[in-house]
Amino acid sequence: MKAIKQSGLVIFLIGLVFFIGTIFTGSFSLSPTDLDTFIKEKNYKSTVIKSALEKAIVTSEDLNIFQFSSRVTKAYESSNLYYDNLIQKYNKEKNWKEKGKQYQYKISGKPHSLSFGLAKKAGKGLAAEHTGLMWFLTFGLGIIGALLFIVPDVVLLGKPGIKNDGIYLSAATNRGWIGWFAFVFLVTFYILLYFYPDFIVNWVFLVDPISLSISGNPASQWFLYGFLYCTVMSVMAVRMYIKYRHNKYQILRTTSVLFFQIVFAFLIPEILVRFEKPWYDFKNAFPLDYDFFFRWNLDELLSSGGFGLFILVWGVVLTVLVVPIMVYFFGKRWYCSWVCGCGGLAETLGDPYRQLSSKTLLSWKFERIVIHSVLIFVLVMTGFALYTFFSGASQIIGIKTQTIQDIYGFLIGSIFAGVIGTGFYPIFGNRVWCRFGCPLAAYLGFIQRFKSKFRITTNGGQCISCGNCSTYCEQGIDVRAYAQKGENIVRSSCVGCGVCSAVCPRGVLKLENGPEDGRINPTEILLGNDINLMELVNKK
Amino acid sequence: MEHIVIIGNGISGVTAARHIRKNSDKKITIVSAESKYFFSRTALMYVYMGHMKFEHTQPYENWFWKKNNIELKQGFVSAIHSDKKQLAFKNGETLSFDKLIIATGSKPNKFGWPGQDLEGVMGMYHKQDLEKLEKYAPDNTACNRAVIVGGGLIGIELAEMLRSRKIPVTFLVREASFWNGVLPAQESKMINEHIQEHHIDLRLSTNLKEIKTDENGRVKAVIIEETGEELACNVVGLTAGVTPNIDFLKESGIEIGRGVKVNRFLETNVKDIYAIGDCAEQHEAIGQRRNIEAVWYTGRMMGETLAQTICGTKTEYKPGNWFNSAKFLDIEYQTYGWVFSERGKQENEAYFQWQHPVDQKCITISFDKTTHQFLGINTFGIRMRHEIFDKWLTGQKSIEYILEYLADANFDPEFYKLHEPEIVAKFNQENNTNIQPKKKSWKRIFSKT
Repeated sequence: MKAIKQSGLVIFLIGLVFFIGTIFTGSFSLSPTDLDTFIKEKNYKSTVIKSALEKAIVTSEDLNIFQFSSRVTKAYESSNLYYDNLIQKYNKEKNWKEKGKQYQYKISGKPHSLSFGLAKKAGKGLAAEHTGLMWFLTFGLGIIGALLFIVPDVVLLGKPGIKNDGIYLSAATNRGWIGWFAFVFLVTFYILLYFYPDFIVNWVFLVDPISLSISGNPASQWFLYGFLYCTVMSVMAVRMYIKYRHNKYQILRTTSVLFFQIVFAFLIPEILVRFEKPWYDFKNAFPLDYDFFFRWNLDELLSSGGFGLFILVWGVVLTVLVVPIMVYFFGKRWYCSWVCGCGGLAETLGDPYRQLSSKTLLSWKFERIVIHSVLIFVLVMTGFALYTFFSGASQIIGIKTQTIQDIYGFLIGSIFAGVIGTGFYPIFGNRVWCRFGCPLAAYLGFIQRFKSKFRITTNGGQCISCGNCSTYCEQGIDVRAYAQKGENIVRSSCVGCGVCSAVCPRGVLKLENGPEDGRINPTEILLGNDINLMELVNKK
Repeated sequence: MEHIVIIGNGISGVTAARHIRKNSDKKITIVSAESKYFFSRTALMYVYMGHMKFEHTQPYENWFWKKNNIELKQGFVSAIHSDKKQLAFKNGETLSFDKLIIATGSKPNKFGWPGQDLEGVMGMYHKQDLEKLEKYAPDNTACNRAVIVGGGLIGIELAEMLRSRKIPVTFLVREASFWNGVLPAQESKMINEHIQEHHIDLRLSTNLKEIKTDENGRVKAVIIEETGEELACNVVGLTAGVTPNIDFLKESGIEIGRGVKVNRFLETNVKDIYAIGDCAEQHEAIGQRRNIEAVWYTGRMMGETLAQTICGTKTEYKPGNWFNSAKFLDIEYQTYGWVFSERGKQENEAYFQWQHPVDQKCITISFDKTTHQFLGINTFGIRMRHEIFDKWLTGQKSIEYILEYLADANFDPEFYKLHEPEIVAKFNQENNTNIQPKKKSWKRIFSKT
């Protein structure tokens, strides 16, 4: 069994090496006819872009993706620079008419996204041409290796029960060198995904056939991300099933997040696209889905007929009614650790890192400031977006709606939710985004704290202050601080993962939905002592 | 300002300090030789097993003490001069007090075994024991075998700890079955089997004769009393119970027996000196409790109680219904009320027992033979609600009532399989009754009476 596990690790690492190596393979160039079609498709008005691109990438040279990307971005820059110079020139000449004309020739879009679009057409080589084989050597070996590493635990871990032996003795789960390596890998991955998609175009080639079979379109970097997300979650869910096989709550919860990720976040949206409907994830609620009220999205929904209208109504109903009502009955866990995709990744890929979240009072203070700031940010931004949509004015009090949206998208949508939110798993625990950043979590948290039936019940006076609950709380809640006082845990940030209850050696904690009355029960003297003393002191 | 000095920063002393602070602005000093900051002794095992780091065992952050104006003094008290109201430390320092609380806890028993003080022989009680274990048994190459002597709660925990690092363990238990002085046979037998499933070499009815040394004064082997067998080992864990840690009180004029003798107000024979927790010994036992209760919960309760007295509300220590809990490897155990083992069974006591056919779950309910009054429950592998059982015990409910409403008491995580119907069916069959188990009711669970 141990040998299987070790060979699994070796196979996984070989897959990882192939995966990383794939980036550097292939050669990128366009034929003149390909370029013609591309320019026509794009409908560029610039008269210089064609020749610039022609010089740059219609070549017999063997360009790798980095050279290709650099040449493409330079070509676009030179085209825009050409018109910028003209604008300046006419400006000096005070030739306003000619100056105004020049703007239409400028090409908008992020350079690396433009480069991604071209690279997708220009790629040749292993990933683009031997896709099946390369898929097997990367994804295939990765999946097989990971499963071979994980499945022997059924035997190796011994009898079902809590298996946390050695977590703080391992370099992978105690911020050792493996943890830091994982950190660097994840952060790099997200930076490439969000800001340099052209650099990972070879990975996108690997999932083209899958994308074609589902949506009928070639894959984008977002399809790659979705596929990778589902794959990682599925493999790590197997690990959850084995680790918590004695705990039905964990088994059901893992199955639920996996189902919602694969079906709702991945398959349904892609299938919608196949039927020429808008791409939409029916479970992704505003304000986590922060661009729902952006003008382009509303325009797209309103132009998609009855179905678009249905999505629009559902999106509003989900946030305004479904979410709060469900939180009232079940706590925010129904969303955060049973449905949500971010939660899903945190509870599968992130589970080995849950103990790394900080439990200090200071971090709790920091958490409340940051998460509520993000909530305010998203609400203000949405106010701007709606104003812009209804009034048509692109700015309010001199602030452009587009600018706010861009800042949010960059800072919160990409850096916070992605690079920090997931990249920092191995260092700050698996719920960095959910704890410090998610505006939906902040909204659900208010309801959970002030109007909900959910609580973690503390079992009378049975707590021995051992600290397993606090240590394994991914949200950084000092669960023990409540349990050792005999108090129920009612905290806005609790996502109801149930692990505090699972790791408790004395059966002290239980997640439950009960009457609101007595849900919050401050106590001084714990159950088990003199009844009269309890009454005397607790009533004071 | 009155100066309250507490010797010992375990759960008893710290609880007393916290509650005194809540009710007064008296000057409070906690003295400890073991560690500056309070930690949960029960969690030491998890540090060795890698579930936690030592800092996680500390229930309060380090700033807590200063913020609450509780002074922490590290030092080893060598004597108490009751007449001068002064403590003497080993290093020559002194400290005056107005009121003194002795909360020094326990120390592991040693029964005069030859070799009991060798290097590599240790208890599993203090922070220093953990450090020793890390030194002598870091892994299974440095320690090829460990022998644990004494089949109680600490013994099985130490075995679990060593097994987490794949160290072979031989577990010597004096009794014919694990902890059968406390547990009924059904449960004791289940735990025996569970210990063996964890590849622990369990030796029942086996005593230690002596511990042998190598040329460097380190443990080399143990010899077993009954068979004379010599077992090579590198570590010996002595876990045959604990005794009050009160050697330093011998000259103090404070009355001591096995522990510090206290009355119901936790007062010693010397005015303004009190004792709480493991080291306190009641002159007369309270109810069916022991005179010395070395349990986390009772230490906490004594701390809660004494703080009231110190702050002017003189309060008798009157613990409520007995409860306790433990975890035997993977099996959780809770108990509410009194269930005595067959060895200690009372005259009027009868059992109703149920055991799961496959899983390691079972319960024993103890009840009065004639009145059918519910006396207590042992539950293994099923969590139960403390509040419900406390209410039932106080209300002197019958066993039939308990079984009818057993679902109210279940505290297992959501979606777990519930066993009430099987349990009640077994009782009905054995007793020719027709109890219909009621569904769980929030209303009943939260009703006050």
